[in-house]
Amino acid sequence: MNAILALEDGSVFRGRAFGAKATAVGEVCFNTSMTGYQEILTDPSYKGQIVTMTYPLIGNYGVNRVDVESWRPHVSGFVIRELSPVVSNWRSDQSLEGYLSDNGIPGIQGVDTRALTKKLRVRGALNGVLSTEGLSEAQAVRQAKEWPGLVGVDYANEVTHREPFVWDPNDEQSAAFDLNKGLTSQNPRDYRKALPVADIPIVAFDFGMKYNILRCLRQRGFRTQVVPAATSAADALKYKPAGIFLSNGPGDPAALHYAVRTVYDLVQSGIPIFGICLGHQILGQAFGGTTFKLKFGHRGANQPVKDFETGRVEITAQNHGFAVDADSLPSDVTVNRINLNDGTVEGLRHKNKPIFCVQYHPEASPGPHDSTPLFNEFRQMIMARG
Amino acid sequence: MPKRTDIHSVLIIGAGPIIIGQACEFDYSGTQACKALREEGYRVVLVNSNPATIMTDPEFADRTYIEPITPGCVEKIIIRELNEMKRTSAQGKLVLLPTLGGQTALNTAMSLHKSGVLEKYGVEMIGATAEAIHRGEDREAFKQLMLQIGLDVPISGTAHTLEEARAVADRIGRFPLIIRPAFTLGGTGGGIGYNREEFEEIARRGIDLSPVSEILVEESLLGWKEFEMEVMRDRTDNCVIICSIENFDPMGVHTGDSITVAPIQTLTDKEYQIMRDASFAVIRAVGVETGGSNIQFGMDPETGRMVIIEMNPRVSRSSALASKATGFPIAKIAAKLAVGYRLDEIRNDITRVTPASFEPTIDYVVTKIPRFAFEKFPQADPTLTTMMKSVGEAMAIGRTFKESLQKCLRSLEIGRSGLGGDGKPWRIGTEVYGDRDILPKDLIARRLSVPNADRIFFIRHALRAEFTLEEIYQLTKIDRWFLTQIAEIVTFEEELAATRN
Repeated sequence: MNAILALEDGSVFRGRAFGAKATAVGEVCFNTSMTGYQEILTDPSYKGQIVTMTYPLIGNYGVNRVDVESWRPHVSGFVIRELSPVVSNWRSDQSLEGYLSDNGIPGIQGVDTRALTKKLRVRGALNGVLSTEGLSEAQAVRQAKEWPGLVGVDYANEVTHREPFVWDPNDEQSAAFDLNKGLTSQNPRDYRKALPVADIPIVAFDFGMKYNILRCLRQRGFRTQVVPAATSAADALKYKPAGIFLSNGPGDPAALHYAVRTVYDLVQSGIPIFGICLGHQILGQAFGGTTFKLKFGHRGANQPVKDFETGRVEITAQNHGFAVDADSLPSDVTVNRINLNDGTVEGLRHKNKPIFCVQYHPEASPGPHDSTPLFNEFRQMIMARG
Repeated sequence: MPKRTDIHSVLIIGAGPIIIGQACEFDYSGTQACKALREEGYRVVLVNSNPATIMTDPEFADRTYIEPITPGCVEKIIIRELNEMKRTSAQGKLVLLPTLGGQTALNTAMSLHKSGVLEKYGVEMIGATAEAIHRGEDREAFKQLMLQIGLDVPISGTAHTLEEARAVADRIGRFPLIIRPAFTLGGTGGGIGYNREEFEEIARRGIDLSPVSEILVEESLLGWKEFEMEVMRDRTDNCVIICSIENFDPMGVHTGDSITVAPIQTLTDKEYQIMRDASFAVIRAVGVETGGSNIQFGMDPETGRMVIIEMNPRVSRSSALASKATGFPIAKIAAKLAVGYRLDEIRNDITRVTPASFEPTIDYVVTKIPRFAFEKFPQADPTLTTMMKSVGEAMAIGRTFKESLQKCLRSLEIGRSGLGGDGKPWRIGTEVYGDRDILPKDLIARRLSVPNADRIFFIRHALRAEFTLEEIYQLTKIDRWFLTQIAEIVTFEEELAATRN
């Protein structure tokens, strides 16, 4: 089966179809991670995007039930160089092809993903249409041109949970995955690290939250009440949380006026706050700053971030197309981390309030674990208030 | 942290003559280091007995000694250089950088340390301390250290009687088992027991032969998957992975004799990140303060159990490969880290604007295939084991594994254009077969089950002789992902052959 990827600039990439028979529209972006396609597919932050992997061989280790970042894949379409004809990993439950078919997501393989990536780096992110059901090239290009794009659209509202819920009350899915050690009769698939007592109640705003953030919070002893994106500050504080967490999520942070207002109220209340990615961008706006769209975004697992407080460099997982403008921030907020590749803001700390946030993903998944201590820092920040 | 200003001269020990197991890769790393240190304004003193190296070209060091790499000789060089520095009232110290000249340089530096020469003349070792080198190189010390930091190693136990040996065997619970007698020359009397009878026979013999009547019984990892990580660390404990490597050949074949592929192909992100964390834990525990290390892992393909095999606290053969595979100049950066720089203070040579504190991510596949020369050594046993036998290697880059594999086979200069189908005959022992002949099944099975230089070609022969992938897997334990890739090449060869007819 043939498939095409058409871009708004009129260019067309031809390849072979895999996954669902469908036509999808979205912003075409690239991710440079060499592992972790399953986590990328299921990250709600990719809502509205057609993702291409720069690493050419995808699907080698299949898909398993455990390594998911939400209840389903969220990408609009998936673009790769070569799909593995075989799955080789002891944890695999399904092939990537079957997984995308089951979830109605079209994929295209055999594409020169390097040429596509180079184009996106020069031109910036482009809108595109991926079709595996015989859409004509002219039609696909027209649809790509007509699509209004991500800017100004509230995608968080589409991926947030509709109702509040308590994360994993019976501790069934929060323990960290680990590999079996030494002689053991335990089934290696069920092998997990032990969890501490959950003694700190917090409220987490779900703008499209990755499960591994919730797992990481639970692994540090947080009991997390998840609330929908549009929850008001007053309603969130009714749960009597010791801290507030603001999640990652998709789309344009400037479209989330309601969330910025809520977070402004929470900032005024003096409660400890920790934000990641979109949560960081919302905090930046609540502080009085502005955000802007990056040319082609940071998506990958090797972004170096300099921490000015410790002098150290963390290799971080990132996935964002927008950033906080450092010059727009008031004087009571410090930029405490920057990206060493392009100097953009990667972290903020309030000078007088227990509030900090990062643009990148300390929960990794996929990506390096260098930044997981940030969850401990959130805990210590709350404990310090007694 | 800027570079150290208390250093005047850096003594670099080269790798000496090219031998099997240690070829020109250390010339490459040593040359890079010489250039990097001179760029920083240090005086470079080089000792290498091999004048046929690039590093001994006059422009690479301020003074080059073409002298034997022995502790005695290096001591004389140290005395001469110190006198010279005194005579010229040089400001600063003479230091020794032992981690760039392979095992020869490391061993020489360690004996200079043990004999007290370095202390006597106040010569500091930079890059790695003697203690760190010991922890990395001493098998038993390394194993204990790994257990202390919560990492897994092959299960083993010592025995002085056959009863004790049986008890260890029962605890491990499966064959084969490796038996190593204590304190016998070159490990005489050891072996691999594939069943209880063999095990008891080798164990009894081992206990007899050992002067202290002691044997080590260890679980065998034959057939497990093998992985490698190239790690760099700076003085402020920033750690990065430069390259991950998956071995095509399973455990049992020396990494130098294995076909290897970068990056890792068959691990999920969860498994990869656990391996990354373990790599950092190892380099920190061993205490390699700055520079590169190579860490090897074995993994049970059925359960994912991951054990640490060994670490090289120095620039190794794999580092040279990793440098070329990713464009990250490991030896050059290691030299700069050794004199005090932090990773984020060094420029990334590829982008020229961003710092070296990053992890290369590639959009291609790199394959390395060892080159053997058994035809020159008719007496040598061509079976590949844990002792390295290759005399060189070829490396190729492709957008797919298939492309890089075919390019690499062609680059070996053994007269083949790839896996086969090039019209050239196959010489196997005294027999000659045509390129597209179907080889006898028993011959194929024999050549698949025992690792040898031509095994990759026998995978093609096997597929053409209608072996199933599962049969080939059972004979070779080469991961099904790699076998499937080869099957795709063979299928395409058949398509091409059919077209021509």
